[in-house]
Amino acid sequence: MPDVELFAGLRDAVAGAKSVQVEGTTIRELLQNIAREYPSLHKRIEQGIAVAIDGNIYRDDWDQQISEGAEVVLLSRIAGG
Amino acid sequence: MKHDSKFTNQKFKLVGTRVTRPDGVDKVTGRALYGADTFAPGQLVGVILRSPHAHAKIRSINTKRAEKLKGVKAVITSADLPDLTNGDSELYDTLENCMARGKALYDGHAVAAVAASDAETARKALKLIKVDYKILPHVTDVDEAMKPDAPIVQPRVKTKDKPGKPTNLSLVSTYGHGDVDAGFEQADVVIEKSYQTEQVHQGYIEPHACLASMGPDGKGELWVTTQGQFAYRNTCASLLGMEISQLKVTSSEIGGGFGGKTHVWAEPVALALSRKANRPVKLVMSREEVFRASGPASSTSIDIKLGATRDGRIVAAHAALRYSGGAFPGIWAEIGAMAAWACYDIKNVQSVGYDVIVNRPKVAAYRAPSAPMAGFAVESTLTLMADELGINPVDFRLKNAAREGTRASYGPTYGPIGIAATLEAVKKHPHMRARLGKNQGRGMACGFWFNFGGQTCADLAIGVDGTVALSVGTIDVGGARASLSLIAAEELGIPYEQVRCNIADTASLGHNDMTDGSRGTFSTGMSTIFAARDAIKQLRERAAKVWGINAKNVTWKDGKAIASSKGERKSLTLKELAESSANTGGPISGHNQVVADGAGVSFASHICDVEVDPETGGTKVVRYTVVQDAGKAVHPDYVEGQFQGGAAQGIGWALNEEYVYGDDGRVQNAGFLDYRIPVCSDLPFIDTQILEIPNPNHPYGIRGVGETSIVPPLAAVANAVSNAVGVRMTHLPMSPPRILAAINSSREEQALAS
Repeated sequence: MPDVELFAGLRDAVAGAKSVQVEGTTIRELLQNIAREYPSLHKRIEQGIAVAIDGNIYRDDWDQQISEGAEVVLLSRIAGG
Repeated sequence: MKHDSKFTNQKFKLVGTRVTRPDGVDKVTGRALYGADTFAPGQLVGVILRSPHAHAKIRSINTKRAEKLKGVKAVITSADLPDLTNGDSELYDTLENCMARGKALYDGHAVAAVAASDAETARKALKLIKVDYKILPHVTDVDEAMKPDAPIVQPRVKTKDKPGKPTNLSLVSTYGHGDVDAGFEQADVVIEKSYQTEQVHQGYIEPHACLASMGPDGKGELWVTTQGQFAYRNTCASLLGMEISQLKVTSSEIGGGFGGKTHVWAEPVALALSRKANRPVKLVMSREEVFRASGPASSTSIDIKLGATRDGRIVAAHAALRYSGGAFPGIWAEIGAMAAWACYDIKNVQSVGYDVIVNRPKVAAYRAPSAPMAGFAVESTLTLMADELGINPVDFRLKNAAREGTRASYGPTYGPIGIAATLEAVKKHPHMRARLGKNQGRGMACGFWFNFGGQTCADLAIGVDGTVALSVGTIDVGGARASLSLIAAEELGIPYEQVRCNIADTASLGHNDMTDGSRGTFSTGMSTIFAARDAIKQLRERAAKVWGINAKNVTWKDGKAIASSKGERKSLTLKELAESSANTGGPISGHNQVVADGAGVSFASHICDVEVDPETGGTKVVRYTVVQDAGKAVHPDYVEGQFQGGAAQGIGWALNEEYVYGDDGRVQNAGFLDYRIPVCSDLPFIDTQILEIPNPNHPYGIRGVGETSIVPPLAAVANAVSNAVGVRMTHLPMSPPRILAAINSSREEQALAS
């Protein structure tokens, strides 16, 4: 089960926890499971999220695979200029 | 659709060459059409009435006399833009920024608008609108706005995720890892320093401009200068209560955007005026309006604490970053907090971003938004630390540089990255060994930006003569049409000149995200590759049909279909296949849609030499070098141009550019005469060195290049000026009065000490 690391306001949504344990072999599965298991975090995710898998940041590609042992980090969705 | 976007180390014939730019003739002859250059029969002139107060309640607006003026066809207020945002707070902020709703939140905030038959009548009508204001206490300074007794700018705003009273502190964001306190305990040297940067504007030469036309049938068209025609369509349609398909948005050539044209400003107002007048409305913002009411970058106040051991290893780092967001909540400080320490491998690191609301225009993205100010504070302190430790600043940074496997301060672990490579290149660069003259100083600094991809699609249509029309949905802000034409030609095996790249309107192509995040060539380049390969698949099938063989026995090479099976079959060129397309199945075109994620982070290191006149405090940049990892440089001229453009803007930020506010909270220098951006005569030729470290997540290894180059200059120039005058400069811009004050203050301190 991937240890999903959280930063900034995402931690506030889960009482300051630095990470949550959530199953998921793709970003879609991961986010669906978060929605079910952590509704407060899901609300925050709906406002904009990026998922970093092994260092690569994904903002929209929810088909992206999460391999066994991958590093998964949830970040705020930010924009460029 | 999923595509394999992994880097393949393909060998190129065209990509990487310096071909002629396709928009050059139009731009030098004046044929290029910018935002203000489109006209419609019967069009009216739209103008906006703006608040003269930094913060005021609007008791009433009387438009009757303006409406009665001959030639006036429509007058609107916020009542003509009802709240249709359905609880979407971000969209509501946009609506309120476009037109004040009961309260003017900053000097220049729109309160009403007029459409009239000519500009003179429209301006006369503005003077006939009577607004009854109740002036409220204001706050424009980011530190002042955080104080408990500061005027509250937005009573509906509370700190996100923190229950409590209304506040100007809209968001607190913490990033980092390790134990910072324990890290500082291990440090032999700890340096603490505070920095300030003033609010700057993107400074695009072309002001915001559009032509809006709404019909009585509810269908609309918008011709506009923008970085994202689809984003503008979606936002405007939402604000006006339209189905997005009923609004067609066509982008013009763009005279600079740098992030400032990723947000709507006057466009919904122009559409609302047109809807009310039932006539097309042209609305062009004046330069003063652009400064007062469209997207500046944040002003900032930043505290840095850095700890290192005597051997030059950083053991702890902390940053507290306060960013003004203008009159609306933003995530500008959060981005600054994420970017602050991204160049370095630090075990114990923390950055805290404080997003603060003030009575200033709504902040917009500006080229690597928020990273330059954080970079200024961090990189200035790194040089201070290197000096304190007696270590060369490049060696100090190299010793602490992030590398593959480093845990980034904003969370993820890096894959292959180029910060160390840029530093090695700087170390070897002749610039670092050049002798300095009298009153001259040298500085260097590093910079980081994330880069993004996003939703993208492309159409590639092969004409019956075999030439190609490539339609893309990302605005060309820095040479993308040349780069994308090169990519299409490379894939198809035809000359570059046989491809014409066009920017599609919103009715002609699927949704594309904006050109931001340095994504244009990365994302649309990827989509173009796959669209070309889609066309090639069809070309092979057509050739197979002609030859009566299976398409799997046909290969595509150098612009020709070649049968791999034995026999006397002459290869068929793209031109020959296009000419016969009517009889082999009809038109040939390739299409692709992709979510181009995995853009790959980017790093740069800059070197700057300045000469400071100790009598006047005037500073001249005498030499400047940019070294940046670009991934594959598709068109090196444009890549170098991006490097140079970012450096020029950063130099302006460092030395001259700032909004000046009076005690009344009004902007005092809303024009290029008093807000000084660098011009050619202010700058040396900016030398560039492109490092091509392939992005593993792009077939050609392309990374974004447009933004990173604005990050290092603030600190590179500050380090150079500080080196020249012998005083650490901590407040940007380093205008002559600030430099003189710093020199005089230092002399007084020395005199007192002696």
